[in-house]
Amino acid sequence: MSAALRHKLFPYAIAVPFAVVLGFPFLWMAITSLKPEYQVYDPTKVWHFHPTLASYGFLLHHTDYLRWVRNSCLVGLAVVVITLVVAMPAGYALARLAGRVGRTLGVAIFLTYLVPPTLLFLPLSRVVAQYLHLSDRLWSLIVVYPSFTIPFAIWLLMGFFKTIPQELEDAALIDGCSRIGALVRIVFPISLPGILTVVIFTFSLVVNEFVYAITFISSSSNRTVPVGVPTDLIRGDLYNWPGIMAAILIPSIPLALVYNAFLNRFIAGFTGGAFR
Amino acid sequence: MRFAQAAGGRTRFRYALERRGVLAALLISPAVLFIGVLVGVPLVLAVYLSFTDATAGSLTGKWLGFDNFSNALHDQVFREALWHTFLFTVISQAIVIVVAGLLAHALVRSFRGRWLIRFVILLPWAAPIALTAIGFLWFYDPQASIFTWILEHVHLASKDNPPNWLGTPRAAMSSIITVQAWRTVPFATVIFLAGVSSIPQEVDDAAAMDGATGLRKFWHVSLPLQLPIALVAVLFGIVFTATDMVVPYILTNGGPFNSTQVLTTWAFQTGINAGNIGEGAAIALFMLPLLAVVVVGMLFFARRAEVT
Repeated sequence: MSAALRHKLFPYAIAVPFAVVLGFPFLWMAITSLKPEYQVYDPTKVWHFHPTLASYGFLLHHTDYLRWVRNSCLVGLAVVVITLVVAMPAGYALARLAGRVGRTLGVAIFLTYLVPPTLLFLPLSRVVAQYLHLSDRLWSLIVVYPSFTIPFAIWLLMGFFKTIPQELEDAALIDGCSRIGALVRIVFPISLPGILTVVIFTFSLVVNEFVYAITFISSSSNRTVPVGVPTDLIRGDLYNWPGIMAAILIPSIPLALVYNAFLNRFIAGFTGGAFR
Repeated sequence: MRFAQAAGGRTRFRYALERRGVLAALLISPAVLFIGVLVGVPLVLAVYLSFTDATAGSLTGKWLGFDNFSNALHDQVFREALWHTFLFTVISQAIVIVVAGLLAHALVRSFRGRWLIRFVILLPWAAPIALTAIGFLWFYDPQASIFTWILEHVHLASKDNPPNWLGTPRAAMSSIITVQAWRTVPFATVIFLAGVSSIPQEVDDAAAMDGATGLRKFWHVSLPLQLPIALVAVLFGIVFTATDMVVPYILTNGGPFNSTQVLTTWAFQTGINAGNIGEGAAIALFMLPLLAVVVVGMLFFARRAEVT
């Protein structure tokens, strides 16, 4: 084999096998979700079966699934708004105004993102129940989730704001704009792609969250998707596997598409936060 | 200045807003306040609770001193949980480093179909892990596991004695480690990829001119340059593996016979299921030393990355 050909084939030789391993579970989920429920355990029907959308129908019409989707979206949107309102000014100030102190503070805020929910959920479960009286309400999640979305968002936004040329703001200041005015009229509009990236990844952090959601919420109608599916789609010991597979795929595919679209911006913000 | 004083508070406030320090403090304080209340206060509470016999339904209890900690350390299940946490984290992340390193070097080239391959590789990261973990519950099903089916067809498993993926201690540990590695690979890959792509073409050319090729070039030129960013991704993987409970909680819930019990699932079972909040908090606090080590590492590499 010539060296040029080897050079050309190298990425395929590495990437294709790993992509198959990483992607296969989703293929198998999709196949299972299309099987009639009585055929999932049949060893002769592993690949040959009559595809049906019955499980999707069951999931959407006879379970609380759509309600969990709605709950996840509601909490996600509320948390995104809170996160942006708090993190955008802070991210800008840390990137531009605060200098050396700002850099240290920026790293400190980011480190709080590493403090895991598994360390805080025990005291927070009591605070939510006793002081906030929010047990089993979506509000408990809306209040607590910004504790990890804000540090994460500040980190990304710092990275984005640093890439905006200082001259643009200086020009606005010379033209008589106040600093806040320059921020709202120049900096935020230019950073729109970065802000959109933060919106998407914040939303997905919320949709992913499991520990707080399983601790704070106790009734089926208030659950979010990642907690509702493992706790309520199982009736006794009976697993409706095709329905569960459908429930996994429905949120995963759109999330993967937006991840793919915003990935490069995410990387730019993530690695640019304090390293540049 | 005189004008500002005469014009009263409103204008003075506006002038203050034009000063960098004042404006910066004003813009940052809501974030600091939010994080202080929602991370700082619970953290202090967790430390306080770990010294008490608080149970479900209260935030106070009798002061016990270090009893919860010494009880935990003398408990066989806890000791095993510490060891399992270590195994779960180190093995899964070692796999991740190798796979993500290879993938990053393949994906940095441009080739036909790269978009599709990148999309597929991102899937395990983009999909909510609590959901995909249930998917694996089905793939590991004792009667209808697709993995068993595949292994039987390539004659690596026999029909009479199929692998019991989640049913025996050793198999269960390997199974949850596999899922954790599977879900962490995409993130590590994209960050490694950023590290590889950040090496300027001139450096590559200069290395080639000096006669460095293949492994030598990788070891002396490419690796040191991409290391700081890659290490941050690795530290992330370690933290989010050692402190997360989703995969073991859903797949095995610590079983069989506590053989996959990790710190987080054990803290959950003690604190929430058994209602011993104080003891649960003490168990969870054993994560702090690990976090401290990782934080120091991150600060160190973040500074290195800034220099290069």
